[in-house]
Amino acid sequence: MNFVVLQFPASNCDQDAVHGVRVLGHSARLLWHKESSLGDADAVLVPGGFSYGDYLRCGAIARFSPVMQAVKQFAENGGLVIGICNGFQVLTEAGLLPGALIRNRDLQFHCEHVFLKTLTNDSPFTSQIPSGKILRVPIAHGEGCYFADEQTLANLKANNQILWHYCDANGNVSDAANPNGSLQNIAGICNDRRNVAGLMPHPERACEPILGSADGKLIFESMISELQSRLAKAA
Amino acid sequence: MKAKIIVTPKKAVLDPQGKTVQNALEHMGYRGVKAVHVGKYLEIELDGTDKEAARQQLNEAAHRFLSNPVIEDYKLEIE
Repeated sequence: MNFVVLQFPASNCDQDAVHGVRVLGHSARLLWHKESSLGDADAVLVPGGFSYGDYLRCGAIARFSPVMQAVKQFAENGGLVIGICNGFQVLTEAGLLPGALIRNRDLQFHCEHVFLKTLTNDSPFTSQIPSGKILRVPIAHGEGCYFADEQTLANLKANNQILWHYCDANGNVSDAANPNGSLQNIAGICNDRRNVAGLMPHPERACEPILGSADGKLIFESMISELQSRLAKAA
Repeated sequence: MKAKIIVTPKKAVLDPQGKTVQNALEHMGYRGVKAVHVGKYLEIELDGTDKEAARQQLNEAAHRFLSNPVIEDYKLEIE
């Protein structure tokens, strides 16, 4: 499977994302934000970092990069897109995901491991996560507080679009386990068509045991499983 | 022409920055501060003299880009 990892000025988790996918035995390449074609991409990964220095708002400028037109079309056509950290911010700014990411509640930048509870296996981003498994994944962000209005939150809940909650090591979802004040302890969501997802934690930094956790692999493995299943259906 | 745009967080959005500034003002001895909201101020210098055309353009720019309507409101003035 071919993953395309976007590169904006000041993206800095792009190399890690490429590495993470390659560790799983699949193909990944970087794509500069000025390119207007995704080529033979099977999936798009919008990486973490500080694109455009987080100027104006995180992801606010990156969303207008030429490559994002292609990403929007790709998503329209049902293609799999995952946004990680700054990537999540870019996707909300681009309107590919609802809501917004704002400054962490305690105004601190949090660089630490968190635990994630997966709410549903019914998505190409979570299908391979064993039921009950708590994911240990690192975060590194100052503006990761997920916000959406009441109606949007209700819709997300009703449509099973909340994919991950912050929790403690035992899987208890609580404010104490929430590093940034995200409403409803939301760590990641998907769109209503379930082909675009965003999360603040960095699964690409948890793909090898030497990094402290290989739980992040499960998210990429879910995407790969979906892509393989689509390929099988098309054959 | 000069456009002045003030972007503020929506009331429904928690503003920890505002709260922190408020706390600091109180600690510094300023009394009677009921609330503080921290926003952004942009100044845009424009060619031409057609205020109405400028206003239309900038309203669109403010809605699409300069502010995030999910979490922010904006006020636009042209002089």
